Amino acid sequence: MAKLPTPEMLIAGRPAFPDQGWLDVKPEFTPGSFCYPAKKDTMELLHMPHPHEWDPAAEDWNLPENWEQILCDAFAERLEKHRSLKLFMDICVRCGACADKCHFFLGTNDPKNMPVLRAELLRSLYRRDHTMLGKLLGRTVGARGWDKDVVKELFYYAYQCTECRRCSLFCPYGIDTAEITMIVRELLHEVGLGTHWIMDPVKNCSFTGNHLGIQPHSFVEIVEMLADDCETVTGIRPKTPFNKKNAEILFITPSGDVFADPGIYTFMGYLMLFHELDLDYTLSTYASEGGNFGSFTSFNMAKKLNAKMYAEAERLNVKWILGGECGHMWRVLNQYMDTYNGPTPANMIQPVSPVTGTKFRNAASTKMVHIAEFTADLIYHNKLNLDPGRNDHIITTFHDSCNPARGMGLLDEPRYVLKAVCNNFVEMPENTIREQTFCCGAGSGLNTEEIMELRMRAGMPRGNALRYVQQKFNVNHMACICAIDRATLTPLAGYWAPGVTVSGLHELVANALVMKGEDKRVMDLRQEDLPNVDADEPTDSEENASDARGEDQ
Amino acid sequence: MFPSLLLVLLIGAVAWAGASAGCAALFGVALPYAALAVFIAGMIWRITYWAKSPVPFCIPTTGGQEYSLDFIKQNKIDCPSTSGGVFVRMLLEILLFRSLFRNTSADVLENSPTGPRSIYYSSKWLWVFALWFHYCFLLIFIRHFRFFMEPVPSCITFIESIDGIMQIGAPRLFLTGVWILVALCFLLGRRVFNERLRYLSLFNDYFPLWLLIGIVGTGICLRYFDKTEIALVKIFIMGLAHFSPAPTTNINAMFFVHITLVSTLLFYFPFSKLTHMAGIFFSPTRNMSTNSRMTRHINPWNPPKQYFTYAEYEDTYRDAMAEAGLPLEKQPDKAAG
Repeated sequence: MAKLPTPEMLIAGRPAFPDQGWLDVKPEFTPGSFCYPAKKDTMELLHMPHPHEWDPAAEDWNLPENWEQILCDAFAERLEKHRSLKLFMDICVRCGACADKCHFFLGTNDPKNMPVLRAELLRSLYRRDHTMLGKLLGRTVGARGWDKDVVKELFYYAYQCTECRRCSLFCPYGIDTAEITMIVRELLHEVGLGTHWIMDPVKNCSFTGNHLGIQPHSFVEIVEMLADDCETVTGIRPKTPFNKKNAEILFITPSGDVFADPGIYTFMGYLMLFHELDLDYTLSTYASEGGNFGSFTSFNMAKKLNAKMYAEAERLNVKWILGGECGHMWRVLNQYMDTYNGPTPANMIQPVSPVTGTKFRNAASTKMVHIAEFTADLIYHNKLNLDPGRNDHIITTFHDSCNPARGMGLLDEPRYVLKAVCNNFVEMPENTIREQTFCCGAGSGLNTEEIMELRMRAGMPRGNALRYVQQKFNVNHMACICAIDRATLTPLAGYWAPGVTVSGLHELVANALVMKGEDKRVMDLRQEDLPNVDADEPTDSEENASDARGEDQ
Repeated sequence: MFPSLLLVLLIGAVAWAGASAGCAALFGVALPYAALAVFIAGMIWRITYWAKSPVPFCIPTTGGQEYSLDFIKQNKIDCPSTSGGVFVRMLLEILLFRSLFRNTSADVLENSPTGPRSIYYSSKWLWVFALWFHYCFLLIFIRHFRFFMEPVPSCITFIESIDGIMQIGAPRLFLTGVWILVALCFLLGRRVFNERLRYLSLFNDYFPLWLLIGIVGTGICLRYFDKTEIALVKIFIMGLAHFSPAPTTNINAMFFVHITLVSTLLFYFPFSKLTHMAGIFFSPTRNMSTNSRMTRHINPWNPPKQYFTYAEYEDTYRDAMAEAGLPLEKQPDKAAG
């Protein structure tokens, strides 16, 4: 990875708008501006169309011979399948309200990163083949035909959009660039163009069940190790049930939480929470990936990877599924899963919390509950013994992940949990949180090293908001509920707001959780010493905890 | 920007010349009939075209807190889980441009003392003028029914009296006529002076603005300057409305320019971005309920399930799974036999 310029240089280095009109400007594939291409054998294994060797930096992308026909047909087919696409092609008035809502545009000042122009890249092709004015007047009305440079341009900008939907919130017609980006990526896959960072995890998720391709026995070993770590911190070794039939709940979380720092601490948090509740649950090695890189590829690939969840729920005869903290996983679960792979197997019932008896009516059909909903309910019913004082050394803020925010509306549940486990919580500025949240800059399969500078640019609005609260309120921690965030916000914070650590919500929950019969906590889940704790003093956390709970009532 | 202006001027000039040269019936009768027919047929075709494609997924943009636990307050308008909520959301979207009201303007300060900074300003001007334009247009549209109806309904007279409430000049100045011009100039001006807008604007964006300015301009001319004989115009339009066109004699050529530009708008409408008028009702990110976890949404082209099944998975990893002590469907020795 090339050395990053300083934030000052990065921002000052944003070029002015080109003199030429956008129809005449072609993207330059310089190193760092594109993701590495998917490998041919990966694509073959997944039965993707037209697998081939190619290099984005090369002049010739080795497209199949009849590439233009393939793309025209594929586009026409998508128009028949998605009303949204027809509508979004037709009704944009180019008012420009979306322009400065995009983190990629703010960070790069590339006009084609204004959502409206990113969509125009496809719309211009639509005009020529599907509108009367475009057929008659051509370029005058912004219509153009396919050529190989257009394909390159689509690739370039479809992978400079994280499908975060921030623009769609502000659009007076609700035009959703995520929808357009998803379809452009599908089109590109029709001629064998995909990226390594997405297709490799897709392959792994497909055949081993998790994105790194860790085989079942190794997966189990890693989880056991995390359970050992929990024991080191608390003196209690949580249960690690795997592939257990007839459990009440199947728990599925992004596999990143099993492998990647700092996600592993969130995973430890889950283990400890479930152990403390004595929850009748199971993990699955087969459906061990909640995240769905297929959703960055095509609707059908998303469906294919997602199908394992209900299949495994049926095989294990569980009653419902609990889902961990993940962004795009929840976009898929909330808005696509039931449509893709429902109706749910007959053994599943509307989720009911076995601890509080709360019926999760909002999950009546998918029968899948978000862990933040689950935990918020526990806290509300006073079922957890919490000592938020253990998190007193952190002043935390909360990053809303784009997908739970704008594709689900999960905003207050994680805040409710966070406020119960941390005494010091500060919101970032209002234009950067909740439904207006800014993406981490590397969602939708862009969290790859080779485009780190681009990621830092796209992460600028989030990084800035974080630095603002860091400077103003001494914030030193950012909680989030997304596995990709945990991986991407860490370098982002290191770049834009050094000194801020990033963690999942349930790492903080577990740090505050007073477990029955635990040893006195002298360190947190990262095995860092807790400040203000004298290992020799007797514990008084029980008392604090009951006080803290009292405040919630 | 200029080609579209020239085109509008050209259309106006042709209509003027034609009407002056005695072809007023062509511009005043044939053209509006044709335009109206194309508009109606075109919009029906456009809406059918949209409606023919299904909405395969439930993809509302959630703009607030979801329906969740009892103690979490749902935002029932921006994240509506019932059809009542969706109705309110759509109503506010269509009548008040709610999404546009959220608009902010983002700026990046390169040299702030604390390092580069992004800042966000509230930015309501686009919302104000967009809303202003549309409501003025609506009022002007309604006001024009005085030409199509005899006797003139009292509600139209009432709107006129409100519109002319300032009691300036004779005939009384209609405020909507002035305000719509101001709003149109704002909408045009931002395309010209805002760098981002200038870069992304097309002929298709300037043309309707110039066309509307032309329509409003000729309308104002007809009322205040090149005063046309209003009684004749009313007889003429009533004739059109009853499919027995009256003679065009003694009506100003400017009137036919006005009619021609309106006809052009009708011709252009179904084939352009102006279809947003109907499209907004169809937008799946706004008109769907956020109940996708409560009610299964059906995709009519849902492909069959194809995935790596557990049986295939166990076949691949059985030995390793057995060694790790994982429960199996088939034991390794049995599987081998």
